[in-house]
Amino acid sequence: MAVDTEKNSYTIIFSIIMVLVVGSILAGLASGLKPMVKANERFEKQQNILYALGVNNNTGANDVAFVSTDNVEEQFKKYITKQYVLQGGELIEDDQAYLIDIKKEETKAKNGSYERRLPLFVGQKDGKDVYVVPIRGKGLWDAIWGFVALDKEMTVTGVYFDHKAETPGLGAEIKQRYFMDDFTGEKFLSGEIYEGITVAKGNNDPKNNRKDDHKIDALAGATITGDGVSAMLKKDVKMYMSYFKTLN
Amino acid sequence: MGLLSKKDGKLISDPLLDNNPITIQVLGICSALAITAQLKPSIVMAVSVIFVMGVGNVVISLMRNIIPSKIRIIAQLIVVATLVIIVDQVLKAFAYSLSKELSVFIGLIITNCIIMGRFEAFALANGPWRSFLDGIGNALGYGLILVVVGFFRELLGSGTLFGFKVMGDPVEKTGLFALGYENNGFMVLPPMALIVVGIIIWIQRSRNKALIED
Repeated sequence: MAVDTEKNSYTIIFSIIMVLVVGSILAGLASGLKPMVKANERFEKQQNILYALGVNNNTGANDVAFVSTDNVEEQFKKYITKQYVLQGGELIEDDQAYLIDIKKEETKAKNGSYERRLPLFVGQKDGKDVYVVPIRGKGLWDAIWGFVALDKEMTVTGVYFDHKAETPGLGAEIKQRYFMDDFTGEKFLSGEIYEGITVAKGNNDPKNNRKDDHKIDALAGATITGDGVSAMLKKDVKMYMSYFKTLN
Repeated sequence: MGLLSKKDGKLISDPLLDNNPITIQVLGICSALAITAQLKPSIVMAVSVIFVMGVGNVVISLMRNIIPSKIRIIAQLIVVATLVIIVDQVLKAFAYSLSKELSVFIGLIITNCIIMGRFEAFALANGPWRSFLDGIGNALGYGLILVVVGFFRELLGSGTLFGFKVMGDPVEKTGLFALGYENNGFMVLPPMALIVVGIIIWIQRSRNKALIED
């Protein structure tokens, strides 16, 4: 059977059939794998929150090792005692709070009078209450985000940062231990006033011994990413001020 | 070679050395620069490309008589894109942290010139078995360079292989670092991949004079 493959009608029919076949294969595959992909995303969030809280599998001095995916749900239940959603000054308990998409909330709040739902996780570490809040901002190339763990005086007990596309070796270093560990012990409040924490150049404190200057030594060559970290810390943690005021 | 005839065997061995897609044809350089800072992503990229090229070449070869030549490039693109999305989805489901690490580079397989080049030059004119061998051969040749570059860049740039500290710990100054050895931070940056590839090309051409172009 000789078909004239150069005819226009043949070309059109060929393209339609090809698109239909390929489309159904991909649709089938995507919906088949969706539960696993979703589970992976959920585990990742739980791992990140636990990491900020200080629950991890780190062994060496430079490791950033999460709790393994096999028991992350157990650990999450064990360490995170309560999950809240803060919306317009109201506090609602919600054990699915960690699934809130910060990016979507941010966009919704931008247009109109929508009050952002702010997830907040209360955990127990070494017998003390620790409050973990999510943050999200802009780096040099794309989004950066993370979690900050605070005690009730808003002193940092741990952080976790991640990024979508910062420069490897420069901005991407924000997810390295030596940078994240610097934040531990820094304070968001100066007395009663909200100061935030700044990633600063030339603050003459490379080992970060001064814990009350609200400053972290910047990463060389990553000014914009560092500024992005400062900005997201300042802006996003501030939204939880009303909650922290009720604690003291 | 009992399994492959001499001619078929050459389809695999040629692109590994004397007709290597990266060092001789200078194709697929962009991804070679981007993902070879460490060994693990290099290997995953190589494996993904082997899959996409092997299957893609066979699919194109099977369809070679029914693809209208007017839209053959689009048809090729659809085949690559489909296979790449399959790889991406499977990685997301079964190797999540790895897929995060490779992020956009998996998507960039679509733009890898080697793949479209082999579809156009080989699979459209040859049977499925030979096309399969050609695809695997070229992908292996590509992967080989990736792994070699990844090996040297991770070893000299970070002092690790697969994340293991083979040179000692740079912070605690153990192993080689105790003797004053330092990591070469430049190795981690993309330009160094170009230089490493350049060195490989140099070595290869100085050993086989037939490859030198006038």
